[in-house]
Amino acid sequence: MDYALSWMIAVPLVGMVVVLLLPSAAHNAIRWAAVAATVPPLGIAAWLFTVFERGDPDFQFVERYAWIPAFDIHYLVGVDGLSISMVLLTALLCFLCVFASWGIEEGVKAYFALFLLLDAAMVGVFVALDFVLFFLFWELMLLPMYFLIGVWGGPRRAYAAIKFFLYTMAGSVLILLAILGLYFSSTPHTFDMIALAESRHQFTEALQYVLWIAFFVGFAIKIPAFPFHTWLPDAHVEAPTAISVILAGVLLKMGTYGILRVNYGMLPIATAELAFACLAALGAWNILYGALCAMAQRDLKKLVAYSSISHMGYVMLGMASFTQQGIDGAVLQMFNHGTVTAMLFLLVGVLYDRAHHREIYGFGGIAPVMPIYTGFVALAFFAALGLPGLSAFISEVLVLLGAWQRTPWLAAVGASAVVLTAGYMLWTLQRVFLGPLNERYASLPDISAREALTLVPLAIIVVALGVYPMPMIELIDATLATLNAAVLPFL
Amino acid sequence: MAAAYLRWIPLLPLLGAAVLGLGGAWVQRRHGERAVAAIACLPVALAFAIAVRTFAALAAMPAEQRVLVDRLWTWIEIGSLHVDVAFLADPLSALMVLVVTGIGGLIHVYSVGYMRGEPAYWRFFALLNLFTAMMLVLVLADNLLLLFVGWEGVGLCSYALIGFWYADLANARAGSKAFLVNRVGDFAFALGLFLLFWTLEAHAEATLAFREIDRHAAALAGVSLGGWSVLTVITALLFVGATGKSAQIPLYVWLPDAMAGPTPVSALIHAATMVTAGVYLVARLDVLFALAPATLAAIAWVGAATALLAAAIAVVQNDIKKVLAYSTISQLGYMVLALGVGASGAAVFHLMTHAFFKACLFLGAGSVILALHHEQDLRRMGGLRAAMPRTYATFLVSALAIAGVPPLAGFVSKDEILWSALSHGDGGLWLVGWSVAGLTAFYMFRLVFLAFHGEARSEHAAPREAPAVMTVPLTILAAGAVFAGFLGWPEVLGGGNRLGAWLAPAAAHGGAHASHALAWELFSMVASIAMAAAGIAVAYAMYVRGLVAPERIAAWAGGAPYRWLARKLYVDEVYQALFVDGVLGASRVAARADARVIDAAVDGVAAGVRGWSRFQGAVDAIVVDGFVNRVADVALAAGGRLRRLQSGRINAYLYVIVAALVAVLAWQLG
Repeated sequence: MDYALSWMIAVPLVGMVVVLLLPSAAHNAIRWAAVAATVPPLGIAAWLFTVFERGDPDFQFVERYAWIPAFDIHYLVGVDGLSISMVLLTALLCFLCVFASWGIEEGVKAYFALFLLLDAAMVGVFVALDFVLFFLFWELMLLPMYFLIGVWGGPRRAYAAIKFFLYTMAGSVLILLAILGLYFSSTPHTFDMIALAESRHQFTEALQYVLWIAFFVGFAIKIPAFPFHTWLPDAHVEAPTAISVILAGVLLKMGTYGILRVNYGMLPIATAELAFACLAALGAWNILYGALCAMAQRDLKKLVAYSSISHMGYVMLGMASFTQQGIDGAVLQMFNHGTVTAMLFLLVGVLYDRAHHREIYGFGGIAPVMPIYTGFVALAFFAALGLPGLSAFISEVLVLLGAWQRTPWLAAVGASAVVLTAGYMLWTLQRVFLGPLNERYASLPDISAREALTLVPLAIIVVALGVYPMPMIELIDATLATLNAAVLPFL
Repeated sequence: MAAAYLRWIPLLPLLGAAVLGLGGAWVQRRHGERAVAAIACLPVALAFAIAVRTFAALAAMPAEQRVLVDRLWTWIEIGSLHVDVAFLADPLSALMVLVVTGIGGLIHVYSVGYMRGEPAYWRFFALLNLFTAMMLVLVLADNLLLLFVGWEGVGLCSYALIGFWYADLANARAGSKAFLVNRVGDFAFALGLFLLFWTLEAHAEATLAFREIDRHAAALAGVSLGGWSVLTVITALLFVGATGKSAQIPLYVWLPDAMAGPTPVSALIHAATMVTAGVYLVARLDVLFALAPATLAAIAWVGAATALLAAAIAVVQNDIKKVLAYSTISQLGYMVLALGVGASGAAVFHLMTHAFFKACLFLGAGSVILALHHEQDLRRMGGLRAAMPRTYATFLVSALAIAGVPPLAGFVSKDEILWSALSHGDGGLWLVGWSVAGLTAFYMFRLVFLAFHGEARSEHAAPREAPAVMTVPLTILAAGAVFAGFLGWPEVLGGGNRLGAWLAPAAAHGGAHASHALAWELFSMVASIAMAAAGIAVAYAMYVRGLVAPERIAAWAGGAPYRWLARKLYVDEVYQALFVDGVLGASRVAARADARVIDAAVDGVAAGVRGWSRFQGAVDAIVVDGFVNRVADVALAAGGRLRRLQSGRINAYLYVIVAALVAVLAWQLG
């Protein structure tokens, strides 16, 4: 299939136009149009997964067209082992989130239009291989996100949306500056990310440091790494369920994706020098700090948000190990966290839709009232706490195994969080689902078929990748080996 | 040798769990409890049949080649790391599989009767099946990482079954406690695994497979890590993991609370199988541990101390299941002691015999509890001998076995442990083990006399004997408690210790009897028989004849020793204050710092920028000339529209971007 990646971007955009042309009152038509716009990308993603050449570290399905020749700017897209996992994740979560957005009743047309724009932009970020295109998609993504939180969010949505926007914009400025820095330092001047990675040797050490820090801070805000993380809990608490899913499932990964793509690929000397402090140590701290903060939360969604901060720390710790296990584990963790946290946010949304609050202490003993729901929650919680046999265990164990080789103490810190994570997860299960039934919720309806539909595919993936993770590992391994090999000589 | 049938041993119960987990509620509603019971029991029975076949296949092979392998698929392959999903049956794991499927199967059958009338009958059996599957993965795993899957899997089932009646928050809490305490052990386990893998990678061959580890272990003997032998560190870390699962000091605290679960669960998980996982782990890595004498010495004393402490606490418990729980901890201490003196064969032997008599004791206790309408306090029992003759008989036989009365199973295996300690040259360990034998006999017969003898003190009239579905498993288990010992009947009494010989290839130290002084072994034996007799006699004197009032002993030394034991030495309270409250405190500090320091700083910066932009706006308006004013007007108009949505802060932001862009361009071009 030619233009596969372009179709993945174009179809949601076409869908957006269709949605805009439909009458505002035709809620169901709009929703089904959104479904129709997310199915082809999912199909293409599935197709990519089957035909993607494993073992080839380079970019595949590359499309290159001159865009602004004067500045050597191209429309250049392609996927390698690093980005394809994220493209798969994006296509899957966008599809599921349309169904998770079914309950949106106000501004349906605008919501789905923005949602599809977001979809296209996110895919664009992962497949863009020209910095101008990359930055364009990066910024394009912010706009719908801002409105989706700011208009359809909870009571403090304005604060959360502006906070999200400003934080991310601050990161964008740094990224933009660094992109320009790379452009002007390369000869010939180019925005071509493949060429920049290939010509990484021409960047002096001093330049690499400066640009590395700029890129890092820009991406760290997205991860989010301590101390740039405080936008996340607010954004999550206010965002509607599906947007939380996208936010945690996809957007956070752009931070670590960017670091691997740009910092690792183009600035290897600085990566070798700075990874310990900025990625390994900070990652371990993220794991611990996020887990501790999560434990103290009383709002279910905030707890999940902080757990994301903790789990993204594993990605940082793993990539800074510069072992094949650690770096593969990091990217696998990006994918696995995407699916697990998506389940968690969907599940919190289910409960919120029924009880209209998320106070952990406000429930109690609801397991017999919603048995199927409780089953899904148990699966997601145990996946999140790294139960072997489920997907997140594989990635966490790989991260820690890899990290142990380079920084055993930090690996030990990261591993100690398994106790904390189990602590807050089980404590939450206990407070919400076990014990005597809170009579106020004696008649909550169990999960609906539509809600189950959004959870079942994720549940299957979580189990399947725990039992048989090799399909994902084979997908990412070759590219990451090359990426790692680029940095290794400078360690 | 390849044996593709091995996979069905864990897969069949897993299938049962899947069917019951997904459709059990429907089956129970539509076809009743019997259908659920059949779906649950059948896979375990089949697994037992395959286990027997496996055992026979191994027995038919030459002793040195007794290995069957079933490789399913490559689980993880990255760089030098290669982990298969593969099952391994050798004499050790085949024996474990027999214990798990055999005793597990009996407990399944017993549960059919015990759980009758339970609304969530299907959930109980789904979890029981899942547990069995995970335990089988644990003992059949061919590598350390797959073992960990079973290790955590049984922990999950233990959590869910302890809290089976979760409407009572205390049960749910006990489940969480069990899981979390075990997680502390798992943390150490994981570090041990990492260190082992990388050390093997550096000095021999990267692997996590047991047979490879055995082969390369010797290559690590000289490697040091920060002044320690690396093997000492690895084995110590793995052993900390074992102390979690096998309820040893310092991580034993979860097991007494785990009695909150239904009694068959206590028998299966918290007596016969799961809690022996730590013992199995050390026996499985016997070759590695044998190279780490420092760790072994520590293990021996941890086991001895645990055996003594738990036996002492068991003496003063009044809850029938708590007595048995502490007894289990104490008996596990014996096994760990045996591991520490290098007698892993003796440890596994005791593991097996203990599985019989302790499962029988727990299930017997379950019958009593059911007959008395969930009464568990020994002080409100008594006189059940006549009403429940079968339960009494089987309970008595098992009590005699655990007390170490010859020729019952417990006597033989315990004696082998004591003798191993003595022949290892450590009189101190033997002395502790010997004292524990006395305590064991005492607390066990205190229980027997209080529950079954004397007058009925229960409020419930006419307790009735349990149905056959429960007493038949009891009888079979009691028979095991009588006869299992003959498998390892010592040479000194004219036996061949066939179990030791069976395990010898897997457990290199099974043949500790090779060169020993006959007289010393007989001495150890006679001394422990005398100790057991003394323990039973004291219990008889106190609780049947009433020669000494227990209250008088409790009041000894102002009652302080009794109080300390009754309150379990306040260990729970200390852990709560130190670790639980400590972590919760730290989490509150972190959350507060997050809100009041970091987020406040962010809000502060935002306020600062806002103020600065207002100032800048004022400067613009006053200083800049008309041309700029017109540009500014346009910007303000655009900003005004945006402001309605974003309170105007975006403008400032766009200014910053443009300014920065200009600055960089100027810098680069200039």
